[in-house]
Amino acid sequence: MSIPTEYVLALSAVLFSLGVIGVLVRRNALVVFMSVELMLNSANLAFIAFARAYQSLSGQVFVFFTITVAAAEVAVGLALIVAIFRSKHSIDVDQMSSLKG
Amino acid sequence: MFLANGAGGGLFGLAPLIILFPVVGLFTNILFGRRRGERFVGLVASLAVALSFGVAVTQLIALLGQPEGARVIVADWIAIGSLSVPWAIQVDSLSVTMMLMVSGVSTLIHIYATGYMHADVRLQGDPARYTRFFVYFNLFVAAMMVLVTGDSFLTLFVGWEGVGLCSYLLIGFWYEKGAGGIGNAVAGKKAFITNRIGDFGFLVAMFLAYWAFGSLQFEEVFQRAEEMGPAGAGVLTAITLFLLLGATGKSAQIPLYVWLPDAMAGPTPVSALIHAATMVTAGIYMIARNHVLFGLAPASANVVALVGAATALWAASIAVGQYDIKKVLAYSTISQLGFMIAAAGLGAYVAAMFHLVTHAFFKALLFLSAGSVIQGVERGHHHAADHAPPSAGHAGEALDPNDMRQMGGLRNRMPKTFVVYVVGALALAGIPPLAGFFSKDEILAEAAHLQPAVYILLTSAAFLTAFYIGRQIWMVFFGEPRSEAAAHAQESPAVMTIPLMALALLAFFGGALNLPRVHSLGRWLAHTLGEVEAGEFRLEVAALSTALALLGIGLAWILYARRPLARGADDPLRRVLGPLFAGMERKWGVDEAYNFLFIQRYVDLSRWLGDVIEARFWHDWFHDSVLGRGYGAATRWLSEGFDLPVIDGAANGLASLTRAAADRLRIVQTGYVRTYALSLLIGVVAVLGYLLLR
Repeated sequence: MSIPTEYVLALSAVLFSLGVIGVLVRRNALVVFMSVELMLNSANLAFIAFARAYQSLSGQVFVFFTITVAAAEVAVGLALIVAIFRSKHSIDVDQMSSLKG
Repeated sequence: MFLANGAGGGLFGLAPLIILFPVVGLFTNILFGRRRGERFVGLVASLAVALSFGVAVTQLIALLGQPEGARVIVADWIAIGSLSVPWAIQVDSLSVTMMLMVSGVSTLIHIYATGYMHADVRLQGDPARYTRFFVYFNLFVAAMMVLVTGDSFLTLFVGWEGVGLCSYLLIGFWYEKGAGGIGNAVAGKKAFITNRIGDFGFLVAMFLAYWAFGSLQFEEVFQRAEEMGPAGAGVLTAITLFLLLGATGKSAQIPLYVWLPDAMAGPTPVSALIHAATMVTAGIYMIARNHVLFGLAPASANVVALVGAATALWAASIAVGQYDIKKVLAYSTISQLGFMIAAAGLGAYVAAMFHLVTHAFFKALLFLSAGSVIQGVERGHHHAADHAPPSAGHAGEALDPNDMRQMGGLRNRMPKTFVVYVVGALALAGIPPLAGFFSKDEILAEAAHLQPAVYILLTSAAFLTAFYIGRQIWMVFFGEPRSEAAAHAQESPAVMTIPLMALALLAFFGGALNLPRVHSLGRWLAHTLGEVEAGEFRLEVAALSTALALLGIGLAWILYARRPLARGADDPLRRVLGPLFAGMERKWGVDEAYNFLFIQRYVDLSRWLGDVIEARFWHDWFHDSVLGRGYGAATRWLSEGFDLPVIDGAANGLASLTRAAADRLRIVQTGYVRTYALSLLIGVVAVLGYLLLR
């Protein structure tokens, strides 16, 4: 049995929206970070779905790249969060507003 | 005559040396004079002038072989557009006559001056100035040579100004002496400024000549003036009248003669060389040089003759009332120059030049003898002061060594000076057979022939001449000494008396230059001046002038010799002439009149210009009110009305605009990451929406 591509895409859209909402409404940097990962992976899911639908490997290759980049991003992002926590003793993104105009 | 025709060409090439020698002499003295001492300075200066005389003789020899003369071009001087004035030396019989006279008399006066200045610098208390004197003296000779050799108005003018400068420098030679410590300097200034007026005339004449004839070279100007004919009469009259103004300045004629008597402030050799024998004759030379122009402008020539004759009588009348031995001679010089100018105006250029030469001899002689007298009296003064017993009061008596009233009886104390002085005086008075008789008589004969008015004026002047020179002789040399200084006067050294004797010989025999019927000078000058009909010797004229001269001397004898002037006594002439004598004594008040009419008016004018125009109008009103306040108002308006609102406003407005815009825009910059994320989202949605829905 095969799951229709539309379903998969819908899931991907839902996941992406959840990620967006998470990024927009959560204050905990870790959670924001996880929401970003969620958005990335929703995109991966869409890639996979199209790759299967069109029987093309490039989608899956893209996903590998994305995962690699995401891993790198996680490393940098977590390091940033640790550095912020060290200086502010908090990872509340709303407190990191020193760029306010 | 001595040389084949054309053989003079080589000798003419020597002509520039006549200027070069004095220049070399003066630079030698500037460089080495002070170190090598008086003897060296005097020797170099005299030798330089003597060599000049030698060159003049070579020119004479050259000219005898080639009487039409030559032009020796020394250098290209001025070449601008159509104006081309080379510095060329004109060698012709006129200029060579002047060269011989100037360098010859200069040589004798230089030799005399080595002795005179030796004593003078010590009497005046600054021996270091000896060198300076001879430097100026040589410079004068060089400038005078430039003047007489110039072949154009411009070269002549260079010499003209050069001799004027030397005159100024030498009148003010003892510039810290004289009345009030500035008297001599003031005299020099007066001479210089008065001459400037004459020079103005000369310059205008020169400009007119260039404007009308397109050249400054004498020869070309004359040629074109002759070609122009009657059409040029107006401009020629103007040119010649302006030339006359120049001559009245340099040759001390009415109305510009007033500087010459004051110029006697200079040392006596200066008076002899510059202010009697050479420089003051430059005006006559200049008129003779321009005889063509004066010939074409008979009206001007008439004016020249009348100015000369009037000056001759006027100055002679003033000379009668003077007490200063040099002032008498100064006015006599003016008077004699008047004779020459009158002769030139009558067209009797030969007579003018003849009198110029003989006058140079006898007036230089008289001045130098007067210098000898002055120094003799000063020596006597020092002698008397040194040997007086302390109780005697006269040791400190004030002495003016020039004052004839303090002289008297000098013939015994200074016999050599006395003899030569008498020779000079007789020559001046015109007693035959001395030089002055022939030259003056030639002028009188011409005047009698051509212009009775001029003749009467000149004859009266001749009578007065004999009288004042007789008065001087008797006051100075006869009677009893009227001061201790005169009583102890001492004869001058040989270095001074020997040139005097040489000049006395020239003054005695100088008439031989142009004896009646022979007219050697006349024929000689005819090469340059054109054939002038030889003025015939007229016995009645000669007899009358001689008789008048003897009468003048006789009158002087009656007044001053029969009962010699006593110490402190008044001039006997005052009794005879009354107020007339007072007028003569006070020089007819001309200085005062000039002072009142011109100088005071000029001072008033300049004071008015200074106070009203400059200070009040220009400074207070124009600069302060108009310019200062106007500028202040303009700048205030610009700063308050333009700079502040417009320039500053633009800059400030731009700044506040930016600030306001930034204030609005900063709201966007919340600093919250999610705001940025949201805007990113909205942007993506918008772009995607656009792509999907278009």
